[in-house]
Amino acid sequence: MQWKTADYAGWGRARSARGTLARPERVPALAKALGARGPAIGNRRSYGDGPLNAGGAAIEMTRMDRLLSFDADTGVLEVEAGATLGALLRLFAPRGWMPAVLPGTGFATVGGAIANDVHGKNHHNAGSFGQHVLAVTLMTEAGPREVTPEGNPGLFRATMGGLGQTGAILSARLQLKPIPGQRMRVVETRIPDFDAFIAALEASTAEFAVGWVDATAKRKRLGRGILEEGELVEGTRPGLPRRAKSVPLDAPGLALSWPVVKMFNRWYLWRVPDTGRKRTRPLDEFFFPLDAIHDWNRLYGKKGFHQFQCVVPRDAAPALRDILATIAKAGVASPLAVLKRMGPGRAGHLSFPMEGYTLAVDMPARKAKVPALYARLEDMVQAAGGRIYLAKDGLARPETVAALYPELDAWHAEVAKADPEGHNLTDLVRRLKLRSAA
Amino acid sequence: MSETWIILGASSSIARAFARKLAERGDGVILAGRDTADLDRDAADARVRGAPLAETIRFDARDPATFAPLVARMAACEGTVSAAVFVGSMPAQSEIDADPALIDGVVTDNFTGPARVLQMLAPLMEERGGGTVVGVGSVAGDRGRIGNYVYGAAKAGFATYLSGLRNRLTRAGGHVVTVKPGFTDTAMTWGIEGMFLVAPPDKVAGDILRAVEKKRNVIYTPVFWLGIMSIIRAIPEPIFKKLSI
Ligand SMILES: Cc1cc2nc3c(=O)[nH]c(=O)nc-3n(C[C@H](O)[C@H](O)[C@H](O)COP(=O)(O)OP(=O)(O)OC[C@H]3O[C@@H](n4cnc5c(N)ncnc54)[C@H](O)[C@@H]3O)c2cc1C
Ligand SMILES: NC(=O)c1ccc[n+]([C@@H]2O[C@H](COP(=O)([O-])OP(=O)(O)OC[C@H]3O[C@@H](n4cnc5c(N)ncnc54)[C@H](OP(=O)(O)O)[C@@H]3O)[C@@H](O)[C@H]2O)c1
Repeated sequence: MQWKTADYAGWGRARSARGTLARPERVPALAKALGARGPAIGNRRSYGDGPLNAGGAAIEMTRMDRLLSFDADTGVLEVEAGATLGALLRLFAPRGWMPAVLPGTGFATVGGAIANDVHGKNHHNAGSFGQHVLAVTLMTEAGPREVTPEGNPGLFRATMGGLGQTGAILSARLQLKPIPGQRMRVVETRIPDFDAFIAALEASTAEFAVGWVDATAKRKRLGRGILEEGELVEGTRPGLPRRAKSVPLDAPGLALSWPVVKMFNRWYLWRVPDTGRKRTRPLDEFFFPLDAIHDWNRLYGKKGFHQFQCVVPRDAAPALRDILATIAKAGVASPLAVLKRMGPGRAGHLSFPMEGYTLAVDMPARKAKVPALYARLEDMVQAAGGRIYLAKDGLARPETVAALYPELDAWHAEVAKADPEGHNLTDLVRRLKLRSAA
Repeated sequence: MSETWIILGASSSIARAFARKLAERGDGVILAGRDTADLDRDAADARVRGAPLAETIRFDARDPATFAPLVARMAACEGTVSAAVFVGSMPAQSEIDADPALIDGVVTDNFTGPARVLQMLAPLMEERGGGTVVGVGSVAGDRGRIGNYVYGAAKAGFATYLSGLRNRLTRAGGHVVTVKPGFTDTAMTWGIEGMFLVAPPDKVAGDILRAVEKKRNVIYTPVFWLGIMSIIRAIPEPIFKKLSI
């Protein structure tokens, strides 16, 4: 059967849809499915309604995952868009290469990584995923069409971070990054508060850096956490291959209640001694720590959760402290929040990154005050001249997003040419009115 | 010594996962199927993963003219030749009830087409003194059920054929693995209601490769289907005939 009717959701499970899904395994099946007009989606690791099309069709690309060519001298890989970044890391790390940018989950597909122009723990020096894409092949009604930054800069730019709106990405040519081995030398340091965190991120010279923040800590302890810095080193993969555990059932609502979260955060942060800790870790465990538990999103119970992720310019760190304080004060349980430094690198009109600091926090959807809190945070981000990450969003308002993304009109103009009839609309694009701009 | 596999029905996602594992362990693969243009992409995939040889060749179970070239191509490969059969088709039983002529196609796709190819390949394998045949049947072949007994009958025929082929090839140093998958998450089952305990194709392919390496004769995959089918096979016919499972 080509289509099935299903209820499906974004990773946070607070946004869901009922619609028809196809999952083509071959090019002709993909072409046929696209005839039904719906967006291509990946592994639905976006948190909100980005990969949803309620009442319509969507085409899951996960089975279109073949490696088409690899040049072992240059590290240029051509691969179908449904391949996961985790699979690419597993396959190419032993050969001395890895995707140049990896988000926090290995389940993200190449297509999803392009469509949200994702960033990794090395954004401050490697830029975004789209900056390492040499070409994409879009499926059009006339057949596959290769788009390069040189040949068609407007369409290419609209496709990087373009939320799938320029069409289904069939395959992409990626520049992989050479690596000395399959190990990461990781240094973990305890950080007492927010200002110290910003100072530590600024001072860090590590290639990879990520901050884990206890978003439940207030006042003097606001922003305390652990800075994790990583450098690639030689050597084969240490330890046994990973076997993901899974969460068999939706956790009862209490599992991530405020006291539990507070305790978890304390435990997580205190496992690193005062003097810090140095370890050598396998790459997948460093890049994708949460993938160790397969369906961890079920820990939030049936109602699911939202993630709020923003970035503020470098000189607006105090505004980010206020944002964090607002979240902590609201007392919405949020296990580990993530704080990172970002460089200026971005590949598309709607790309999220800007030079500054980014903060990501989970919020359980069953808490009634979350939407109001989110709205307040949106305003704070806007006032700080920052941005909200659409890959995580399920709650933002169209007005704010239009203000946060000044290149929206330029993007819209390219998308209108590539998809004049609006075949690729998603729930997120409709909610944020992204295609009705200009 | 080098080993080259011909994969019949190579476009199945179980076959794809199996071919990837073969490629990653350094075997050559010849991918046989109807859509060779798309299979070229799988061949490219196998090469990137390490297959020393990866080609496609046209094969249609309903077109016997495509059979001899397969055998000729394998004869041209040096070293051990092996074969894996993933071909199959499963029209809804209601479609078959409406058009009994469909039975011929089901039997050809699941049984006689691939069996003819294996029959033509057997002398080559005997001559080379080894090699493996993997034949993918189904748990549906273990008992005729109201929901899909024509498909089940074709798979049962294929299983019996494989048992005989095992008897024959063993004498020449070869080996035959009969694979009975339970519900697997593929294009064939996408959107069919009532599936449970559905296994990812990669899991099934991993079980198949392990069975090849351990020279197992008959496997159920995932293994719990052995238990489920033992119970289903044990139900006495007077009771079974009234059940709709
Ligand atoms: C635990 C976790 C950690 C994360 N960490 C990070 C991080 O560190 N940095 C970061 O940037 N992101 C991060 N993310 C977000 C994630 O990387 C992005 O949401 C990514 O887009 C998910 O990819 P996907 O394949 O699941 O795409 P989906 O979520 O399924 O889809 C996302 C968008 O891509 C489009 N799309 C997908 N495939 C195609 C295609 N073939 N052609 C055209 N359009 C397509 C969809 O239409 C949709 O608009 C994280 C997510 C999780 C769950
Ligand atoms: N999925 C399950 O739950 C399940 C359970 C038990 C057993 N199985 C068996 O597993 C095998 C693989 O099936 P699948 O689930 O992966 O489904 P699938 O994708 O439909 O695979 C069937 C394969 O058979 C090929 N085929 C069908 N008719 C053919 C013909 N006349 N000539 C040449 N090739 C033909 C198809 O090729 P085209 O691309 O040309 O169509 C395809 O490669 C089948 O034998 C199936 O019966 C599946």
